[in-house]
Amino acid sequence: MKRRFLIILTVLALALSLSGCASPASDSDQRRPTEEILEEMGLDPELFSDYDYGRLYGQEITLNVANWGEYMSINDDEIIDVNEAFEALTGITVNYKTYASNETLYSKLLSGGATYDIVIPSDYMISKMINEGMLEKLDFDNIPNLANIMPSFLNPQYDPENEYSVPYLWGMVCIIYNTTMVDYVPESWSALWDENYAGNILMFNNPRDAFGIAQAYLGYSLNTESHTELDVCASLLREQKEIVQGYVMDEIFDKMEGGSAAIAPYYVGDAVTMCDDNPDLDFVIPKEGTNWFVDAICIPTTADPDNKEAAEMYINFLCEPEIALANCDYVGYSTPVQQAFELLDDDAKSDFRRYPDDEFLRENTEVFVNISDDANAYMQTLWTQLKVDNSNVWFVPIFLVCLIAATVFVNVWRARKKRRDDF
Amino acid sequence: MKSISSKIYMYILYTFLYLPILVLIVFSFNQSKSRANWTGFTLDWYAALFRDERILTSLLNTVIIAVCASVLATVLGTMAALGINSMKKTGKAILMGVTYIPVINPEIIMGISLMILFKFFVTHFHFQFGFATLILAHISFDVPYVIYNVLPKLRAMNPNLVEAAQDLGCNPRQAFFKAVIPEIMPGIFSGFLMALTYSIDDFVVSYFTSGTNVEPLSVTIESMTRVKVSPKINALSAIIFVVIAAIMIIRNIIENKKLRHDLALSRAARNEGVRR
Amino acid sequence: MKAPKSLAIPYAVWVLIFTVVPLGLVVGFAMTDQDGSLTLENIFAMSEYMSVLFRSILFAIIATVICLLIAFPASYIISRASAINQSTLVVLLMVPMWINFLLRTYAWMTLLEQNGLINRLLGLIGLGPYNLINNSGAVILGMVYNYLPFMILPLYSVMVKIDQSIIEAAQDLGSNKLRLVRKVILPLSMPGISTGVIAVFVPSVSTFIISRMLGGGTNDLIGDIIEMQFSGNSYNPHLGSAMALVLMIIVLFMMSLFNQFGSEEDVIL
Repeated sequence: MKRRFLIILTVLALALSLSGCASPASDSDQRRPTEEILEEMGLDPELFSDYDYGRLYGQEITLNVANWGEYMSINDDEIIDVNEAFEALTGITVNYKTYASNETLYSKLLSGGATYDIVIPSDYMISKMINEGMLEKLDFDNIPNLANIMPSFLNPQYDPENEYSVPYLWGMVCIIYNTTMVDYVPESWSALWDENYAGNILMFNNPRDAFGIAQAYLGYSLNTESHTELDVCASLLREQKEIVQGYVMDEIFDKMEGGSAAIAPYYVGDAVTMCDDNPDLDFVIPKEGTNWFVDAICIPTTADPDNKEAAEMYINFLCEPEIALANCDYVGYSTPVQQAFELLDDDAKSDFRRYPDDEFLRENTEVFVNISDDANAYMQTLWTQLKVDNSNVWFVPIFLVCLIAATVFVNVWRARKKRRDDF
Repeated sequence: MKSISSKIYMYILYTFLYLPILVLIVFSFNQSKSRANWTGFTLDWYAALFRDERILTSLLNTVIIAVCASVLATVLGTMAALGINSMKKTGKAILMGVTYIPVINPEIIMGISLMILFKFFVTHFHFQFGFATLILAHISFDVPYVIYNVLPKLRAMNPNLVEAAQDLGCNPRQAFFKAVIPEIMPGIFSGFLMALTYSIDDFVVSYFTSGTNVEPLSVTIESMTRVKVSPKINALSAIIFVVIAAIMIIRNIIENKKLRHDLALSRAARNEGVRR
Repeated sequence: MKAPKSLAIPYAVWVLIFTVVPLGLVVGFAMTDQDGSLTLENIFAMSEYMSVLFRSILFAIIATVICLLIAFPASYIISRASAINQSTLVVLLMVPMWINFLLRTYAWMTLLEQNGLINRLLGLIGLGPYNLINNSGAVILGMVYNYLPFMILPLYSVMVKIDQSIIEAAQDLGSNKLRLVRKVILPLSMPGISTGVIAVFVPSVSTFIISRMLGGGTNDLIGDIIEMQFSGNSYNPHLGSAMALVLMIIVLFMMSLFNQFGSEEDVIL
């Protein structure tokens, strides 16, 4: 018995010593000069602003950052790790988490489990969050790099006074397809309803984007609040469900790159990344028009107030030309930072799918805006119903039969057992 | 049961159980990221795994949570079992009834109900999701297993044991620690082990009760399977598999040795009897 | 002399705070709306989700039946093996169980994919590729694979107690195999079956990760929809609580159907 106690004690001691190791060793040494750190990171000090990134050094701040999956230059050996660079420069620890969609982020913020200091939602979600008082006003004295943002991205519709957000990346929704599996260039959204590719079609796994496809296909406004129009969209999506292989978000990388699916709608930037990894893939902007989105960096009201300055420092850092360049290089999306755009190679700059001109954006795209709570709730309901609805009418009868069978079986057995026991 | 058909049946069953895991392990040595094309042998993914701070941190988190929760659950559960054992019928029935809830309740319901409770704590007190919520949640589903393991031992205990100890000059306290505790120790220990296993393995409850800052391994794995999949996960599974298989096999060998020993003893005893 | 009852007080307080109150909160949430006023709307709204509820129950029943059919002969074979083989077989059964179920499910993902290993192998002999993943079959397979040991272990622990002499006696009296199973083994292993059925059904009916990973978002189960209301694409904890409440009632119904629970010794592994 004593030996067992010893084992438990050893395990405990081990765990404690491990947890002791985990706590960061106090970094007493002085911060090195900015230039030295930047050069070590492979960044050009010339291109960096003279912002004081060292002023919170040694305060052991941990910044909780939540971003879309695959949406920042990290964990790649060939390109700068943005978070590591920020940590080296500021002494602030970045705790980086990802989420799959705007709606998931919204749920996570509301359900209380998450306390993020930085979030990067899209346009319509930002205005929804502003309306619901979920976002903190930014102190732009701490974010001088706002000056780097192209003027066309300032004071956007979703944040008219430009008080709550700083644009991060933008793009359009396209159709990505595998050229070895699809015989034609899917220039229309109708390709996503093409029965020849039944079982090989992927679809957005979030209501707004999925309904957006149906709306664009039908020629409706992407911001329609009409229940009838939403109903039509829902029935179109239900029709599509029969031939859809799966509803995906970040899972799409794996499936498209691996050739598990033929065709899917997704964001241009991610399509660029997927095409780089698998040359069989290509993408196209459908002729009916599409959604143009901007994702912007915000601070939620639930964030730790002590971290606000660090969070603003982080936002400013993301607007440094070289950092913005690294991010847009890595994730393939388009950058709103003027100097970063200029640093891009010509191929990227001239690709109109990534950098369409203003006229194209005006004529062929529509931005999501925050629709009324009523329309939003209706869309959510339709979406949940779409996800749960199954055309298989046999479910209920089979289920009832199973239930009755189970009840009969158990009762018969019980009765028999009772009879046996009585003897 | 030595028939060929049953042997074949068992082989098929165990192939079914092990094949997916073996495939996972084989592809942890694959050079390319592909999960179907074999392009050559490499150990890079293992190296990458040990450099991945997120995975290592969450592994450590899991160990801390599981150890803390199971130790506290063992203390709480053992005390509860001792108390319940001396209770009258109604009190016992009520408490045992409540104890079933975490065992039979679907994990997702336990997860969301605790999430709602902790959300309430967060809004009304200075409280944050993190180690505290995770450990509290884990203790809640661990304790019943400790109680289930300790109670039968208490019931099987000779009621005269304590009296005997007191007759031999122990005061009640000494009698308790010197007679009762050693008697139920095997139950406490297996309860502790069970709680530890459940804590390490848990995903659903942790998923709902972990906040932003503390992420147990299972939650990390889940988020890894959602984005671009990396063979690092395969490497991780391989390591976990080898560790667990080693522990189980060693335990099995020891037990089998004991079993053989017992068998030999009983056979010897029987022979003795026959000779007489 | 017995230990003082007061030793159970900390635990009683604990279960009150961390088991009873949270469940009460779920019920409370299910009965209120966003503003906190009392309503039955959420419960009524459940009728829209009946099909997914039925599907979850149906999938869980199918998975449970398959598990039972596989586990019954397997446990019998294990229980009749020699003592040493028995412990080896049981350990072999438990090793995969100790690997996190997410990893096990992930393993099946890699096998079943369009360009996964199974389709590749089939391709070698000129077949396929078949749609093996993202359908109901894959989800049920995932349930069976993950929860099969929950059925085998309780069945085995009951069957191992059946004395070989009873079986031999039945055979001596002229029972054929079928009769032997029906008249002797089945009745004697009933407690194991009911434990196993509950142990497989409950996690199957409430799973949300197996259906997400193997069902590809086209075969959502009630667990997915509940999760969606709390941390997913549509935030509505009140509706989610109502769903959880219904799920709880279903589980209670199943328990009463197989009311073997109640004997304290019944610990599911």
